[in-house]
Amino acid sequence: MTALLEVDDLSVAYGAIEAVRSVSFVVEEGQIVCLIGANGAGKTTTLRTISGLLRPRAGDIRFDGRSIAKDPAHTILERGIAHSPEGRRVFARMTVEENLQLGAYTRKDEAAVRSDMQRVYELFPVLGERRNQKAGLFSGGEQQMLAIGRAMMSKPRLLMLDEPSMGLSPIMTQLIFDTIKELQQQGTTILLVEQNALAALALSDRGYVVDLGATTLEGPGHELLADERVRAAYLGT
Amino acid sequence: MSAAQHRAAETVLQANGVTMIFGGLTALNEVTISLEEGRIVGLIGPNGAGKTTLFNCLTGLYTPTRGSVRMRGKELPSDPAKVTAAGIARTFQNIRLFPNMTVLENVLVGRHLRMRQGPIASVFHGPVFRKGERDAKEKARELLTFVGLTSLEDEVARNLPYGDQRRLEIARALATEPDVLLLDEPTAGMNPQETEAARQLIFRIRDTGISVVVIEHDTKFIFSLCDTVSVLVQGEVLVEGSPETVRDDPRVIEAYLGKPREEVEAEVAEAAEALEHREGNA
Repeated sequence: MTALLEVDDLSVAYGAIEAVRSVSFVVEEGQIVCLIGANGAGKTTTLRTISGLLRPRAGDIRFDGRSIAKDPAHTILERGIAHSPEGRRVFARMTVEENLQLGAYTRKDEAAVRSDMQRVYELFPVLGERRNQKAGLFSGGEQQMLAIGRAMMSKPRLLMLDEPSMGLSPIMTQLIFDTIKELQQQGTTILLVEQNALAALALSDRGYVVDLGATTLEGPGHELLADERVRAAYLGT
Repeated sequence: MSAAQHRAAETVLQANGVTMIFGGLTALNEVTISLEEGRIVGLIGPNGAGKTTLFNCLTGLYTPTRGSVRMRGKELPSDPAKVTAAGIARTFQNIRLFPNMTVLENVLVGRHLRMRQGPIASVFHGPVFRKGERDAKEKARELLTFVGLTSLEDEVARNLPYGDQRRLEIARALATEPDVLLLDEPTAGMNPQETEAARQLIFRIRDTGISVVVIEHDTKFIFSLCDTVSVLVQGEVLVEGSPETVRDDPRVIEAYLGKPREEVEAEVAEAAEALEHREGNA
């Protein structure tokens, strides 16, 4: 296994506030890795920095062995990292189909784009049925489905999902987690931030606990599931 | 007359046959629900079932195509500001704070409705005005303490993590001194520990005499919080009743719950054991 993404002693600040102090983790090719931790721990900030939406103050981010810490967001997407952000951020005035097309804007293989779009519609039939309606008319959970679908459309090597289960019904959450597993089996590497730590760790090859801006614990998903400290703090058991 | 003197709880908020049609889409069809004083009612259902649309009808953001919404027997106008003045406050699934204002300022906006200074006092900033401002700030700080955000009052709202933004929305809603609080996914983005804190917070809100309606997908949370639960499916109320009744209803399991949480947990535990066993042998 080779490291696809390496985050090395990352530090990120919003003005004077240091949201991420020292986050380090590795995502190996073909793995599902999850970051878990309390609100404000720095998980979303970490993903936004990997995407190029925020700049690191210190530390490095390497993708495929090359530093991307200074690259702009569009270059990072072209290199193969897609991001389904917390809070959906779909284009409300554009249709479902247009949102998905935007997700694929770096791709030239139109036939494959069509078939991938079909796949999103199969996965989320409600999006297919209403593909010509504006995204803003959809419910919160349906917009979440669209955000995930849009991120899948760039056919990324690394798919980053920030709280994919947020706003989704229990049955839909199960579907999303099954889909993440399926994407992995088809060769996509996945970095997951999730409050549903139980389901996320059960799915992940490796998990990292982020606490107050730093990675504090790491291990295979099932080991963290059994860890007393994790159970007490994040699993509610 | 005091509602507390009636043993049978008084109905505070009642939606009667509410139908909401957008173009060709019937988002809500003849929805009737009622909220009794001092109760916590849960609203669950598949994505796109119409839960948030119902909140929008209850708060005057939408005018129902048919049906009515009544607060203590009096029909509510389709005007969000008047609905707030009548005593209904809410939070939003897609957080709607004022992102560039501080935490304290966001709460003060909610407080504004209950302040009494006229335009003249506001222009001259006289002693009455200043006292009003001082009192409002004091009250806002109390609310921040109540929801657990004391130390963050000078922080700009957009810098807060999601879970704290949700708590801030609750504080802002409480600042309007509501009788009814509508919460749209209050624990989205919270881990189990934070979710438990949110549950306790909602109990404390209820204990101050506010009746609550909660939309949430975390079923463990909803079933341990609510007195009754209504299940909305494709714009209609499919089932309503106690958490136990709803949880065990096969139609709810099929349309919404999928596998029960215990079953998922058992599967996870089994998988973890199998893995450990395999690695132990390796």
